[in-house]
Amino acid sequence: MFRRTRDTSDFAAEIESHLQFEIERLQEQGLSADEARAAARRAFGNITLSTERFHDAQRWTWWEEIVQDVRYAARSWRSAPGLALVAALTMALGIGATTAMFSVVDATLLHPLPYPHADRLVSVVDDLPGIASYDVGLSQPEWLDLERSGIFEHVAPAWFDENNLTGAARPAQVRLMSVTPNYFAVLGVAPQLGRTFPAENRSPGYLLEIVISDGLWKRDFGADPRILEKSIRLDTDLYRVVGVMPPGFHAPGRTLDERNADVWAATNFYGPPLPLQPPRRMRNIPGAIARLAPGVTLAAAQRRVDALVGNLRREYPGDYPDGTGWTIRLVPLQDTVVGDVRWSLILLLCAVGLVLLIGCVNVANLQLARASTRRREFAVRQAIGAGANRLMRQLLTESLCVSAIGGAAGIALLLAAKASLVQLIPEGLPRLNDITLNWSVLLFAVAVTLACGIIFGCAPAFAVRRPDVMPVLQTSIRGGSGSRGQARTRNLLVVAEVALSIVLMIAAGLLLRSFRDLLGTALGFDPTGVTTVRTRLPYPNDTSIDRYPTADKEAPFLRELLRRARAIPGVERAAAGSSSAIPLDHAHRDVNTMPLLVEGRGADAAQAPVVDGSVVTPGYFQLLGMTAVRGRLFTEFDSETTPAVAVINEAMARAFWPDGDPIGTRVKLSRSAPTPWTTIVGIVADARTETLADAAVPQIYASAYQKVAKHLAIFLRGPVDTAATADRVRDVVQSLDPTLPVFGAQPLTEAASRSLAARRFAMQIVTLFALTAWLLAALGIYGVMSYTIAARTHDIGIRLALGASRERTLADIVGRGLTLAIAGTVAGLLCAVVVARLMAGVLHGIQPLDPITFAVVPIALLTVALCACGIPARRALRIDPLLALRCE
Amino acid sequence: MSTRKRDEPLDLLQGTLDLLILRTLILGPQHGHAIMRLIKQTSADELLVEHGALYPALQRLEARRWIAGKWGLSENNRRARFYALTAAGRKHVVTATSKWTRLARAIARVLEAHPIEG
Repeated sequence: MFRRTRDTSDFAAEIESHLQFEIERLQEQGLSADEARAAARRAFGNITLSTERFHDAQRWTWWEEIVQDVRYAARSWRSAPGLALVAALTMALGIGATTAMFSVVDATLLHPLPYPHADRLVSVVDDLPGIASYDVGLSQPEWLDLERSGIFEHVAPAWFDENNLTGAARPAQVRLMSVTPNYFAVLGVAPQLGRTFPAENRSPGYLLEIVISDGLWKRDFGADPRILEKSIRLDTDLYRVVGVMPPGFHAPGRTLDERNADVWAATNFYGPPLPLQPPRRMRNIPGAIARLAPGVTLAAAQRRVDALVGNLRREYPGDYPDGTGWTIRLVPLQDTVVGDVRWSLILLLCAVGLVLLIGCVNVANLQLARASTRRREFAVRQAIGAGANRLMRQLLTESLCVSAIGGAAGIALLLAAKASLVQLIPEGLPRLNDITLNWSVLLFAVAVTLACGIIFGCAPAFAVRRPDVMPVLQTSIRGGSGSRGQARTRNLLVVAEVALSIVLMIAAGLLLRSFRDLLGTALGFDPTGVTTVRTRLPYPNDTSIDRYPTADKEAPFLRELLRRARAIPGVERAAAGSSSAIPLDHAHRDVNTMPLLVEGRGADAAQAPVVDGSVVTPGYFQLLGMTAVRGRLFTEFDSETTPAVAVINEAMARAFWPDGDPIGTRVKLSRSAPTPWTTIVGIVADARTETLADAAVPQIYASAYQKVAKHLAIFLRGPVDTAATADRVRDVVQSLDPTLPVFGAQPLTEAASRSLAARRFAMQIVTLFALTAWLLAALGIYGVMSYTIAARTHDIGIRLALGASRERTLADIVGRGLTLAIAGTVAGLLCAVVVARLMAGVLHGIQPLDPITFAVVPIALLTVALCACGIPARRALRIDPLLALRCE
Repeated sequence: MSTRKRDEPLDLLQGTLDLLILRTLILGPQHGHAIMRLIKQTSADELLVEHGALYPALQRLEARRWIAGKWGLSENNRRARFYALTAAGRKHVVTATSKWTRLARAIARVLEAHPIEG
């Protein structure tokens, strides 16, 4: 197929022989030898064209032409090395950045979760839309209903908690997942050592065996190969290690802690420490994952679950009052794990794509400018018989060569910088560990590279399609600024580029201003100089061995702990509370909520709303600098022997007592009937403890001496070193109870800063992109102006020679460039208005049409545009008119 | 098409050149220059074959395996590439010739039926 039947020299010989016959014939007619040869050649016509057509007839040609084009492209770029470098560098950065972002999107959104048949995995979400409560968790009987329904292969509830591990070197806090025995059967992952749980086991209480993660095995047990013979204590209960999960195994979860679970314990969610017959309304299981039965689609499963829910609601009307409107949603597990990161990632991918597009426009412009100075070269090639298509292909090859070099450099850059780039990503990003430069990412890079080459190669390629050979050859002016059409295309490209940059810069400006607003906002509490350290009291399965079952048993421990903590050198104040009391740090969604039943409102306990609540010791508010606006805060006199009291924030007072006085009202913070009433005694000023973005999140505080809290935080105010303090606090805590772990020491300011990690990341990336876009736009204007001016040197020379003032000429040149910049700015601002409105949800403290951003960005762009025009213009004015005229 | 102005010989219709070449070769193998001269002579100088167009046509016919080229010596001992009809080529000439004759006759009939006034 690709074999050549004849080579070129053979064909040339045939033509030569033809010419000889013709010469002979002409000589016979009486012409001289020279005349005959010239006439024969004339008669034969275009020999080159003939030869080229001969080539075209051969199938092998395409490959040869590509090789030739590439060789020619290399030669042609060598003649303009600066331009080639700028173009390749722009492409390298653009393609590198786009590929980097894509690799994140690929790992997070496009790749299935790393479990077999991951498309059949769903999470089970219970909602009570009637009382505006979503994702409320499920009860044990509901789980059994789902498990037996036949819709799923297995349904596995999972309950994340911290736990105290004793039996290793020293007490440690571990991340524990309480799961049903069929959990690993749902995921379909086998352990590297031992076994997982027997999936069909339905015994009460906890199975006295656990599966541990590879990380815990290596970290706390030195990868002991005989681990399966060992037992460890979790919350004082003894468990046997039956399996070790393989390295790289991560549980599916919504939070980083859940995904990094260390230990799995199995329970069927009934029997000690839970009730033997858990009631239907006790939604104590936060959520479940499930594997659809083979052949059941998500939609079909949802329909069958809806039917099941309908039947159960009819069967148990007392447990499912009509007002709550209980429903179950099946959500693809991947969506649950990825969460709302999806949109941020897509936003960032769009932003980086925009930068790449600007880069392409830039290179297209440079190419176009260069093409116009190469018109003579193209005209000559056309005149000697190169087809217009061939020239277009040539130009496309040149573009593709540059983008290929750029793409290769971009990927090399990415490989080199991969480790440090991954550092930039906030650690909370789901599936961070799955980010790799795999084949699909490389394929994407190649596709982007090709697309870029074609995009920025098309403009100059189309410019040579118009075959206006003669005029170009006849004109004596070398170069020239190109045809009117080309100039228009070039101007249009600059306008587009400026507009795109404006959009990105506005987006970055808005994010930056939102971020600054968040940082500068008054918190309502003072985090500086506060250190928090965490500990946790155990929940043994056998409640009779629980040392801290109730608040009155816990209170003496807390008082003694705080007394000793205040004696630590440098500590001025100390307070304690539940871990949910740490402002802006919410590791667990489930431990910071409490049901709220208000006296006299008579609502069913099952329908009571759930509010954010914390348990704190009396010194807490003073330590954080939070003040009462009405009533009083806790005192040492609110003890385990006095009536229970609570403090609420202003937002809660507004939300639940819009026109009454909450002080003196009695509430219950538990659904179980025998709980005593708690009296609200004070209102504390709103503070941004829940999220930096909003102060008005309803909060209720109970006294730690009156309500038990096992996830504890110790707050210390004073000029202390965090690491040293952690050790001192560990000594204090373990002197009281040697089995308690101490962990999570951090300055409170760090918690505040970490709560902004995702926002900071998006803001930094978009700002980086915007700066790049800004520079590229400036480069684009500069490039076009330089070429235009270089091509118009002759004109300028004439003008100056004819006595035009330099100022006038300068103004004229700069004016042309600025007109383009202004046109682009206006177009960009119009687009930015739309984009800003779309971004309204992520903005904070500013309007989408923030006047400062919308004023500063155009000024910044026009300033750089002015410089970009001014520099080449000033150079042009230094031209000696005589030289300019003579250089023809 | 042509930058030369002569006594306006007829331009060849697309596709006719192939048939003329094949037809010429029925008499025996010939080299390119001779084919050109023969077409000119047999058409009484009415048909002009562009030198440059001849060779691509020969390539085309050879690629279709209707003719085969071979280097040989001309009557005045000059090296030239001689083209001979293949069996397939011979068959093609017969069908193509009858088609062409029918077409030409039909066109001639139409043209003669309505002679142009003046």
